[in-house]
Amino acid sequence: MTLPGYLDLAPDVRARFERLKARDVILQVEHLTKQFETRAGRTLALNDISFTTHRREFLCIVGPSGCGKSTLVRILAGLDRQSAGAVLLAGKPVTGPGADRGMVFQGYTLFPWLTVKRNVMFGLEMNNHGRAEAEREALQWLDLIGLGRYAEAYPHQLSGGMKQRVAIARALANQPRILLMDEPFSALDAQTRARMQSYLLEIWRKIDITIVFITHDLDEAIFLADRILVLKANPGEVAELIEVPVPRPRHPRQFAGPEFRATKDRLEALIHPPALGDDADAYPEMPRLTNVADEVE
Amino acid sequence: MAALRVGQSLAPRTARRLALLSFVLPLLLWSAVSYIPFVWHPLILITDPGDVDYFQPGMRMDRADFRTEVAHAVAAHKPVPQGVPANPIYLPPPHAVFLALFTAFATPPATQDGNWLHESLWHSIQVIFWGFVISSILGVPLGILCGAYAPISKLSEPFVEFFRYLPAPAFGALAVSILGIYDGPKIAIIVIGTFFQQVLIIANTTRKLDFSLVEAALTLGTDQRRMLTRVVIPAILPDLYRDQRILLGWAWTYLIVAELIGTTSGITWFITQQARYQHFPNVYAGIAMIGIIGFGTDALLGLLARRLFPWERSIAAQFGASTA
Ligand SMILES: Nc1ncnc2c1ncn2[C@@H]1O[C@H](COP(=O)(O)OP(=O)(O)OP(=O)(O)O)[C@@H](O)[C@H]1O
Ligand SMILES: [Mg+2]
Repeated sequence: MTLPGYLDLAPDVRARFERLKARDVILQVEHLTKQFETRAGRTLALNDISFTTHRREFLCIVGPSGCGKSTLVRILAGLDRQSAGAVLLAGKPVTGPGADRGMVFQGYTLFPWLTVKRNVMFGLEMNNHGRAEAEREALQWLDLIGLGRYAEAYPHQLSGGMKQRVAIARALANQPRILLMDEPFSALDAQTRARMQSYLLEIWRKIDITIVFITHDLDEAIFLADRILVLKANPGEVAELIEVPVPRPRHPRQFAGPEFRATKDRLEALIHPPALGDDADAYPEMPRLTNVADEVE
Repeated sequence: MAALRVGQSLAPRTARRLALLSFVLPLLLWSAVSYIPFVWHPLILITDPGDVDYFQPGMRMDRADFRTEVAHAVAAHKPVPQGVPANPIYLPPPHAVFLALFTAFATPPATQDGNWLHESLWHSIQVIFWGFVISSILGVPLGILCGAYAPISKLSEPFVEFFRYLPAPAFGALAVSILGIYDGPKIAIIVIGTFFQQVLIIANTTRKLDFSLVEAALTLGTDQRRMLTRVVIPAILPDLYRDQRILLGWAWTYLIVAELIGTTSGITWFITQQARYQHFPNVYAGIAMIGIIGFGTDALLGLLARRLFPWERSIAAQFGASTA
């Protein structure tokens, strides 16, 4: 059986992308460059990155380790400054962190001294919403993520997956234009991660939010994304921007589908290019370290 | 006993037993030295002076001298002096000290203008309290600011670092000439002894703050002013509290020196008076009193921490025995 090209979009998928591209541009990244100055010398972490994201788009960013994914998303969040280039959010340049961009981190960053409810209220209070209003909204968010029962619990009483759900609610309660997520599920076990992916898609469908999601898990990227921005390392540059041909609504069943596999093959080829020369390079001759005569294979 | 393993955790019962043992063992050692006649006992307590003219009942003699006198008496066929092995007067047995812990409170002051023991103790507690409060009012905010803001740290910490090597008692004479002879200089010594350590310790605690919490707060739209009050301070509060407990312990160690400055006062006055009259059980009781108050305060503060910081697992674990 021949796989369809990852560029061949079914008519309904094509129509969905046309609708997506007709929406406003929320995020515009233009010729973004980031250089780190360290004692050891300079690292060009990001080199001339450009892309745009439309309203309510789900964009995943993948790439080999060290290609600058975290650096990119931190610049989008305003936690780091770029060396050159610009980030425009709804047309306005980003100059620092702000409530219009929510972020969910890889590590657990809930405030341990606040209850789950107060964590979700935090951003609202920081943006001068009244206490009562903040509380009402927080409880709504907790219901939406299915953790209403845990409103008065402290973060250390929650499992990893629950913590990340609260972190998502905390970021979304501020009603940001865009939600930035840096490998938010990578510390979770496989089942929890799969459930979190479905949760996230569910939330994304229900509210007006644009998501930029970093992952190193290609299945996760294909399952979630409208488009996947593939970066390559040294220096971090855009390798390709892939429009995911897998139809929505997504279901784990599709992992075996032809579009899914075609996309994954393409991503694999981009991220793990076949080794140059012969295999000897990849698997150097290894000395035998056992005295047992028996061969295991 | 099982081999010691790094990081080994104990069953609550074992932990409690060992904790009890840490008090019982020194007490056993002290009892052994005090009550078993052939352990140490370098002196002879004279019960009957016999015919030796300078002996008196209740006198403590060197063993060798006593034996010489006994030999003389035997040789001269005179009444032989009697005595029992004894420890030096500065090592009273446990029961005498425990008794003194109670009787000392009931003993009226030796002089008209003297203080009862509870008055002396209360005076000491007040000196410690004010010394620690004044130090904390200045030291805690400065420490937090140093930990949170690099320019403030660079501007103040090098000097504080230098100053903390100057021993607080060295400022005694100076403090007396500026603040008089009563409580002023005593409180000042405790402030000097505590403040500089406090700034450095709290600055370090603040610097150890998990920076990802600050970044998370930034992405939620927290401004710089509220970053300090709503994120930095609450985040370090349990550690800050722990630091304060340790610092309070240090403040107690400056107490005796502080109370010797100017007019001797408080528990130090009691201890020095009792030592002058050779009431050694009272001396030990006075010293033990400081330990009991200090240790008791710290234990209370530890229990309070559980109420104050319900989210802190390390505190919960510290007292895990009763919560589990
Ligand atoms: N603060 C920093 N100072 C110096 N160099 C840095 C700094 N942060 C990142 N870098 C460098 O920038 C490059 C990109 O790092 P980044 O963390 O963005 O990669 P990543 O794509 O997120 O990697 P991973 O998949 O492992 O998370 C790396 O070479 C890294 O060494
Ligand atoms: Mg990263």
